[in-house]
Amino acid sequence: MAVLADPRSVIGRKLPGFTAVAERGRLAFFARVIGEDDPVYRDVTAARTAGFRDIPLPPTFLFSLELERPDPRAILAELGIDMREVLHGEQEFRYHRVACAGEELRFEPRIADYYEKKGGALRFLVRETEVTADGEPVAVLVNTLVARRLELS
Amino acid sequence: MTTTSVAPGQELPELALPPVSRTTLALFAGASGDHNPIHIDLDNARSAGLDDVFAHGMLSMAYLGRLVTRWCPQARLRSFRTRFTAITPVHARPVCTGVVRDVNGGEATVDLTVALEDGTVTLRGTATVSLVQEGTV
Repeated sequence: MAVLADPRSVIGRKLPGFTAVAERGRLAFFARVIGEDDPVYRDVTAARTAGFRDIPLPPTFLFSLELERPDPRAILAELGIDMREVLHGEQEFRYHRVACAGEELRFEPRIADYYEKKGGALRFLVRETEVTADGEPVAVLVNTLVARRLELS
Repeated sequence: MTTTSVAPGQELPELALPPVSRTTLALFAGASGDHNPIHIDLDNARSAGLDDVFAHGMLSMAYLGRLVTRWCPQARLRSFRTRFTAITPVHARPVCTGVVRDVNGGEATVDLTVALEDGTVTLRGTATVSLVQEGTV
């Protein structure tokens, strides 16, 4: 794919939307890996006792579902960015409510900004994603990716 | 946390993590869905000019999430943001801390930090939490 002549032309672009579901088993696995020992995050009975409809997605897990977006590296290819150059710069979540296991969550990402620093040595790509369920807002994710120019072998 | 006890300057109970192992990075890649080989494949890291793999930033943010939700029910969490300020090398021991910066309009703003033993700050962020009791989800 050709590299864009004007990288700022990506600003405002809507990326393909998609639907994702967090499964209980995966949430329990995630909780175990991060050392989360609160049973609310592993056990549906504990979650319901705590007032959730099912096991809740812990605060950062929407990021994991957002990784399921189709062809995630296409925009990087258009910008001439190699994955090895990429660092996670910033991550933000704004929550309307807690999402739970089994919910069909709709993700609508778009490119909110692109800018460069240090004469183009650092490139920043900001992606904002609205998450809804049955048309009602659940959360908004804002991801800032930083690409450094590396001498890659 | 009791709502009436939240005041500026209040510190959240610290969360000290065990050393980040290569096993943790491999498992976190699978659990989180972030399969970027820079975190799990030494050959890939070396091809990018690095000496070694390094931890996912989102692993540290997940640890910070634990710090917040063991202090405050998750249903009260309104926003959570971090800036990733340094990479976390393999074997590093992250320590998560938080301090209430401000209480205003039924919301508290908490400053969050993840730091390593040598003092390197790897994440800085904030969370806002509602101090108003609400229905559950």
